[in-house]
Amino acid sequence: MRTIAAERIRDTVAELCIRANRQLPDDIVKAIKAAGQEESWPTAKYTLEILQENMALAKERELPVCQDTGMACVFLELGQDVHVEGDLNEAIHEGVRRGYGEGYLRKSIVEDPLRRINTEDNTPAAITVHIVPGEVLKITVAPKGFGSENMSRLAMLKPADGVEGVKNFVYETVKIAGPNPCPPIVLGIGIGGSFDKVAALAKQALLRPLDQPNPDPYYAALEKELLEGINELGIGPQGFGGKTTALGVSIETMATHVAGLPVAVNVSCHVTRRASAEL
Amino acid sequence: MEYRLTTPVTKEDLAPLRAGDTVILSGIVYTARDAAHKRMMERLDKGEELPFNLEGSAIYYVGPTPEKPGEIIGSAGPTTSGRMDAYSPRLLDLGQPIMIGKGKRNGEVKEAIRRNGAVYLAAVGGAGALMAASVQSVEIICWDDLGCEAVRKMEVKDFPLTVVIDSEGNDLYEQGPAEYKKSN
Repeated sequence: MRTIAAERIRDTVAELCIRANRQLPDDIVKAIKAAGQEESWPTAKYTLEILQENMALAKERELPVCQDTGMACVFLELGQDVHVEGDLNEAIHEGVRRGYGEGYLRKSIVEDPLRRINTEDNTPAAITVHIVPGEVLKITVAPKGFGSENMSRLAMLKPADGVEGVKNFVYETVKIAGPNPCPPIVLGIGIGGSFDKVAALAKQALLRPLDQPNPDPYYAALEKELLEGINELGIGPQGFGGKTTALGVSIETMATHVAGLPVAVNVSCHVTRRASAEL
Repeated sequence: MEYRLTTPVTKEDLAPLRAGDTVILSGIVYTARDAAHKRMMERLDKGEELPFNLEGSAIYYVGPTPEKPGEIIGSAGPTTSGRMDAYSPRLLDLGQPIMIGKGKRNGEVKEAIRRNGAVYLAAVGGAGALMAASVQSVEIICWDDLGCEAVRKMEVKDFPLTVVIDSEGNDLYEQGPAEYKKSN
């Protein structure tokens, strides 16, 4: 049994909130750069250059890459032999409160979805905990902007719809989204499970770096095919036209019911943020 | 084509702009998002004055991050404009000619743009740090309680924008991808 103080978790979450918002993950930075080199359409090439300039400026001036510093989605891989001393949930919320305050990040959370009063400190965080074997504690903060979150969709397809049904739903989602989610986008796709699990899978898929395909060759091939198909739609960076509509597609799957084929597409923008630490 | 404009603008300034053109904008822009638009409508319903003069003005759909000590503003890229579609035609009909944001507009907004000789311009979505570099000064002029959604008077210099919908109703989000696909 290993004991971890809640204060350590709080401080780590605070630091990750700031880091995630100021500096994009290496795989995203690389993907934007590579896309810029491959683009031949002038507006698209220019737009991708602007995005790179923006990332460099954010890093240099310690500013958030995007002003929508998001809802703080916090993911924990918590070893079953870890004992957290103190209140785990409160430690995470307090970490978000401090990170968003000390990092001069935007407070974008309303306490009630219909009455809409801003909590002024970006809490509560959206917390997901996965219990894993051992004594590990890995924390990932993935601040999610809602320009892209709003374009996400979920469908309960029929088993007969099969892989073609899944592909069509993904393409339809990208077309409906058009310029709104700030393309080039990143797609997290969940297939299988139940109504609630499939959405969680889609969100989970966005945590996987773009240079790591699904370990199952069948799904790795589907990720590749979808990425190529999306980039033939011509929407392009910012929706002004071009090849680069998406930077990556990640699929996560799980077992499902004989009668169902749930699919969820979590749309993310070119500012797909995540920062992790292991305690 | 690239056009340099300074607010307040006239319809004649906007008439030559075409979807896909670049606009380098300087002068005053007013910030307003969902909540501020809703309150503006409530004021209009009651016959009260708005926080700023609409004539010739530019509205920027933005909720910036808080500025660090000694700085003018935090990051300040555009938010999705479609959420303001319900409010924009009324403002355009009252003489408000420039909207700045990102993302699609609906048919009513396009029709109001045509009817009033207005334009819809896009700032680069997600490029918040870069857009902030053009901001010279910021002052909250109304509804401080809305936090990042408060109405701000923002002075910008050489703000880089793209014409998405021009006064003839051409839409870059339709034309751009279509032209790209034709070229391939």
